[in-house]
Amino acid sequence: MDAKSEILSRIRTALGPDRTPVDVPRTYTRTTPETDDIPTLFATRAADYQARVRRVTAQPTLAGPGGPTALIPFDPVPVAAAITDLLKTTHVRSLVVPADFPEALLPQDNYVIRRDDPPLPVADLDTTDAVLTGCAAAIAETGTIILNAGPLQGRRALTLIPDTHLCLVRADQIVGTVPEALSTVDATAPLTWISGPSATSDIELHRVEGVHGPRTLLILIID
Amino acid sequence: MRIGLFVTCFNDTLFPASARAVVRVLERLGHEVVFPRSQTCCGQLHFNTGYQRECVPLVAKFAADFADLDHVVSPSASCVAMVREHHPRVAEVARDPGLARAVAETAPRVREFTEFLVDVLGVTDVGATFAHRVTYHPTCHGLRVLGLADRPTALLRAVRGLRLLDLPEATQCCGFGGTFALKNADTSVAMGADKARHVVDTGAEVLAAVDNSCLMHVGGLLSRNRSAVRVMHVAEILANGADA
Amino acid sequence: MGMPAFPEAARTALADGQLRANLRTATGTIRAKRAAVVAERADWEQLREAGRAIKDQALHDLDTHLLRLEEQVTAAGGVVHWARDAAEANRIVVGLVRAAAADEVVKVKSMATQEIELNEALAAAGITAHETDLAELIVQLGHDRPSHILVPAIHRNRSQIRDLFQREMPDAPPGLTDDPVALAGAAREHLRRKFLAARVAISGANFAVAETGSLVVVESEGNGRMCLTLPEVLISVVGIEKVIPTWQDLEVMLQLLPRSATGERMNPYTTIWRGTTPGDGPREFHLVLLDNGRTAALADEIGRDALRCIRCSACLNVCPVYERTGGHAYGSVYPGPIGAILTPQLRGVDADPVAKSLPYASTLCGACYEVCPVMIDIPKALVHLRAKVVDANRANPSPERTAMKVAAWIFARTRRLELLQRLTARVASLLFRKPTITRLPPPLSRWTETRDAPTPPPEPFRDWWSRTREEP
Ligand code: SF4
Repeated sequence: MDAKSEILSRIRTALGPDRTPVDVPRTYTRTTPETDDIPTLFATRAADYQARVRRVTAQPTLAGPGGPTALIPFDPVPVAAAITDLLKTTHVRSLVVPADFPEALLPQDNYVIRRDDPPLPVADLDTTDAVLTGCAAAIAETGTIILNAGPLQGRRALTLIPDTHLCLVRADQIVGTVPEALSTVDATAPLTWISGPSATSDIELHRVEGVHGPRTLLILIID
Repeated sequence: MRIGLFVTCFNDTLFPASARAVVRVLERLGHEVVFPRSQTCCGQLHFNTGYQRECVPLVAKFAADFADLDHVVSPSASCVAMVREHHPRVAEVARDPGLARAVAETAPRVREFTEFLVDVLGVTDVGATFAHRVTYHPTCHGLRVLGLADRPTALLRAVRGLRLLDLPEATQCCGFGGTFALKNADTSVAMGADKARHVVDTGAEVLAAVDNSCLMHVGGLLSRNRSAVRVMHVAEILANGADA
Repeated sequence: MGMPAFPEAARTALADGQLRANLRTATGTIRAKRAAVVAERADWEQLREAGRAIKDQALHDLDTHLLRLEEQVTAAGGVVHWARDAAEANRIVVGLVRAAAADEVVKVKSMATQEIELNEALAAAGITAHETDLAELIVQLGHDRPSHILVPAIHRNRSQIRDLFQREMPDAPPGLTDDPVALAGAAREHLRRKFLAARVAISGANFAVAETGSLVVVESEGNGRMCLTLPEVLISVVGIEKVIPTWQDLEVMLQLLPRSATGERMNPYTTIWRGTTPGDGPREFHLVLLDNGRTAALADEIGRDALRCIRCSACLNVCPVYERTGGHAYGSVYPGPIGAILTPQLRGVDADPVAKSLPYASTLCGACYEVCPVMIDIPKALVHLRAKVVDANRANPSPERTAMKVAAWIFARTRRLELLQRLTARVASLLFRKPTITRLPPPLSRWTETRDAPTPPPEPFRDWWSRTREEP
């Protein structure tokens, strides 16, 4: 018998012929109360885990199909200015952006900008200070951002190798809870959930920031 | 109310004073205590050590010995936990539906002493006096299996003159664990020593609990280290000054 | 397994004062953190109930869910392998690494690969495995064994780690301090080149979703993301009990696990992937489904609950025995309460002295059951396994067996107990004058070596009762 058939037959023997179906009681909380200010909760919780959070207000624009406004349904000018300000607080000199990242959102100062188009070798990513992306969704309760390699995000390596990650989160992308997030995001895409910068609890179980992933996480919430 | 006393073989032989205290408190509250003489052991020692087969006749005997009592009370949280939580399991292991029925009848009527006072008799002040500094260790089976919560401390707080001191890391096991105390004596003592240290740190004169087995362990360490702290079953404190 | 049984191994560990201090600090810290984030959730008990049910649902139809998983992973471009035991799993992995023409692999911490001793198998095949998790790196550099599921180097404190890095890490920065941030920085530099150059990575997975074929790795440092994203070939070795039926089930597991494990609302990084994705991540993905004793545990109606375990370590962190002895005493990669019920089942209760002693390595205090996010009744399983140990040894006489038989015989008749009580009281009154006994013969000497024992009082309760209540 091959391994697969043998394991399956062991399982069948172990379980026997009568299987009682098990129901999952889903009485736990699945949504946040409507009264909660979700973006503010997200900002607080993300900051709890040492992400640096800023907020900027931008007027919504109507999304036209296929055009750049589909990616950024808001006025880019104040956002680009906020990105510039936020980067000024860091030592970042060079930036990588995903292939679809709009020009209009790039910082206005003198940065070396590398676009991941065609895909950059990892060695180039390693010598770039920061990465600038959007996200697919965010979870307020846990201060989590979710990337799914969708619009404004690029492939997974981009947000992993540079030491600083600046992530744009639109207020309407933030959901309250983990269950809400899982029902929003596309299950087929590769997902990365990020809650604060890279950290470890391996030394005496104290959380310290900064091991292999980006050691600085900047979040810009666009209201 | 007519109340059956389940003394437990351990208390019967080594700590009869705790059982006498239970009788005294209940009688002072105006109840009739009966002692089914035929009782021996609930089988906890055998069950917990893996001798389930040997345990079956003891479970059957228990169910028969206490069959016609509406209320059974015992000064041992771990023996009550054995009866209420594990006697049904023993009946299941024995594949004996008759025994399962008998156990289902008897087991739920067995209660730990403080549980009985608070839940069934509805009293927290039993009229006792005990002018000492006391700290309370919630023993594991009372805490986690029976869920005694604050019942024992509510009773102690009502005792005149008694000052109840908080025990640090109170909910951590004292390390007794039945045969664990012998099979893993080193670990057992390491745990007990920490418990004893916390007890001494409270400045209490008396360590109280609802299981004499755990008290024997911690008390044995305290006494070996020439500590002046005494150990006492909660029932003995509640009986104090009762007849005066 | 040349390991000593638990009581002996524990004795050695207990004698190490530094170890006990390290464990005390670390478990104390994590207990407080867990308690705080669990208290935030008013629905914690409902989440646990759901967690238990999800894992039971998966286990009670394990064949169906595994086949579904295989189908979904394959459809997404992955390759599924099945391994009956450790040797078979190791053979598969070595074959895959060779096929990729690699002589080095990067690894993200995985209990399953530790269980099958994959690193040793790779080394035997001339392949170097680099552990990339900080704690695993500490263990690997120290030629040590892991002592905790989540924090394998929990037994070492910061200055011990600093000394180790300075001794064993050729590229450790001069003047390295014992500041955890500096230590983490040193590990980052040490592993950076390896990540960027690695062609093959080996991982485990926290969950495998049958419905979608998604694998989930929950981590903190980013070494997981490095391994799961950068190499060309990814091999994940996953125990068959890791499968959960549906995508929606993750909403429960991803809440239970981080809060129980590191005491965080969410861990820094979670990666979820299906097969391969063109232009993003590995070009080849292999899933090795591992049995290695799990189906034997599944056949035991009580023991199978241990397969619900999501390896959060909460039971270790609250265990008063673990806090004193540390993980090495458990003689297995699975230490603590969960190890005490899992190891004997994976190996067989009577397999070796360690397996036989583990079900007894507990006071049955129940602290583990209270925190377990999937509600494994560990004390119940321990008692059940004790019965299996006893039953497996019924043919071999032992003093304990004799004592238990005699005790059962005495308790069977009231009269016998009464006689024994009177005899005890009589003997005690002749031998012991003081209220406490300081020396007893074996086996009770194991009590009196360190603890006083109460002198049996002259009158058992039942005699007092007859004397005072049953006037003739
Ligand atoms: S048994 Fe429960 S508490 Fe222990 S590691 Fe497994 S899931 Fe966590």
